[in-house]
Amino acid sequence: MSTSNTAEQKPLRSAAMIASIADPGVETTRAPFGHALNAVAARDERIVGLTADLGKYTDLHIFGREHPQRYYQMGMAEQLMLGAAAGMAQTGLVPFVTTYSVFATRRAYDFLCLDIAEPELNVNVMAALPGLTTGYGPSHQATEDISILRGMPNLTIVDPADAVDIEQAVPQLAAAPGPSYTRLLRGAVPRVLHEYDYSFELGKAKLVRPGTDVLLIASGLMTMRALLAAEKLAAHDVDVAVLHCPTIKPFDAETVLAEIDSPRLTLTCENHTVIGGLFESVAAALARRPVGRPVHPIALPDEFLDAGALPTLHDRYGLSTDAVVARVLTELDAQG
Amino acid sequence: MSTSPQPGMRAPMRDRGLDVRVKSAQEAAYQIRMGVLEQGEAQGEGYVGQALGAADLLAVAYTDQMHLDPANPDWEDRDRFLLSIGHYALAVYSALAEAGTIPREELTTYAADGSRLPMSGMSTYTPGMEISGGSLGHGLGIAVGTALGLRHQGRGRPLVLNLLSDGELDEGSTWEAAMSASHFQLGNLIALVDMNGMQADGRTEDVMRNEPQVERWESFGWHAQRVDGHDVEALIRAFDEAAEGASPTGRPHVIICDTVLGKGVPMLESREKLHFMKIAEEEWPLCKEQLTAGHRSDETEEDVR
Repeated sequence: MSTSNTAEQKPLRSAAMIASIADPGVETTRAPFGHALNAVAARDERIVGLTADLGKYTDLHIFGREHPQRYYQMGMAEQLMLGAAAGMAQTGLVPFVTTYSVFATRRAYDFLCLDIAEPELNVNVMAALPGLTTGYGPSHQATEDISILRGMPNLTIVDPADAVDIEQAVPQLAAAPGPSYTRLLRGAVPRVLHEYDYSFELGKAKLVRPGTDVLLIASGLMTMRALLAAEKLAAHDVDVAVLHCPTIKPFDAETVLAEIDSPRLTLTCENHTVIGGLFESVAAALARRPVGRPVHPIALPDEFLDAGALPTLHDRYGLSTDAVVARVLTELDAQG
Repeated sequence: MSTSPQPGMRAPMRDRGLDVRVKSAQEAAYQIRMGVLEQGEAQGEGYVGQALGAADLLAVAYTDQMHLDPANPDWEDRDRFLLSIGHYALAVYSALAEAGTIPREELTTYAADGSRLPMSGMSTYTPGMEISGGSLGHGLGIAVGTALGLRHQGRGRPLVLNLLSDGELDEGSTWEAAMSASHFQLGNLIALVDMNGMQADGRTEDVMRNEPQVERWESFGWHAQRVDGHDVEALIRAFDEAAEGASPTGRPHVIICDTVLGKGVPMLESREKLHFMKIAEEEWPLCKEQLTAGHRSDETEEDVR
């Protein structure tokens, strides 16, 4: 669906904090993180949930309802929340902490780094509104969260695509001994990966869809867009492969390079600034090995983004399905 | 990992006579100070002033108050001592040596390459060091989580102590933690504030005034006491009051300790540059002599009295 506004159309409204990333007609699941955490907590007594006044907006309230004795409201104090999670982890608990991405990264970086990552504690940060998933403006758009965190030793970074990814990631994050940061999709979360022979495996990239003409290397919600774009491109007789990289760190360079090593047109697709995210992870891997293939980024620009309705912004910054289709066709034309 | 007391465990000394406890803690404080000078001498410089100033409260905490198993620093029912002011590490190393967790002779490796005793305290290096401090304003928040975690698992008894500096009170995260500690009724939490009046850029009252202390903590819902941080008897009484009042559902406790940088070594107490001290090679023996002389004269005074 094209969402660009013409003179006759009424402007779309931001509806900022409840903006959905689901395209029209896409199946969704409510609060997959909250329900997945309940399932893990039912068999693991070490699980506790902490939030910084955003339980209802990170789906942790689902856990809080089911496990009130394990739900800790830390108030609007992200530094305290991460420090307290470290203290709890040191006593043997496995905390899942939630807030928005911008607050976990920009505001509380030192606490994540020194209290949690340095001693390698099993604290799992579930950070909502990653990249461009709200029209509220730069205060809430975590367009550079991966770039901020990739330099932090010991930290696993996960960028799930949909409800399937989240449901399968949560138990694996709880079981993995070290700290993690997950770019949480919350609310009505699209469910797409169950239609493919796919399962989430922490640290692994997976080829979700094979294709002979184009390779899209995608993470986060852009994997969903890449899959939708691949279907549309089939109508143009373009056969598109989609490689999903839900774990940004540690990065599965081996799988990614093996796929890049082919004559296909290759693009990365990420809901993140072009600086320091998936594209640069791929580029760094490429620079270390003699594969020698060009890769083109689909990513957010290196700028503070506009406020506005999410569909409008995804069109404007090239993340919508139609924008991905158009970009692939343009790059194919340029290749000749 | 054991959950029950072991033969090597050190229990608090609250059942002994006060005079015995005071004498014992004073001796421990002397040993801690001497260990601080030994570490400083090995390095030639360091946060010696702060370490000497905190020696009395560390002596009371480590040798009179805390439940510890020196042979098993990870014993899960131990009392926790969280040092958020990482630069006081040499004082805690000395206290850990005094408590028996690390060998005394290891102190001379302080801040040397390959040592388990880095210049700033880190949990990943040193047995008995609970957290990696150094970036200020972290300790009390972690202490809140530790206290909550212990209570969550039905182990409300262990005390969680956090040594803060007065400069650390500038950090807003400290007050986030202070607010939450009373919200969660963490009666098993004891904050110790070392009020030495100095921070990196100068006197605390010039950098950022932080008085009145007792009223500030009380207004955050804490049980607050203020003592002379070198009066060992007063420290023991304050700790006893806090620890006896410790319950899983009570008010958190703060003991605000007025201290003197370089305490115990007169030639250091009177130095102008107190925050990070450089001490000449030939001065170290003199420092030790002054420390020992002062300690002996205290003993004599006690005996005369």
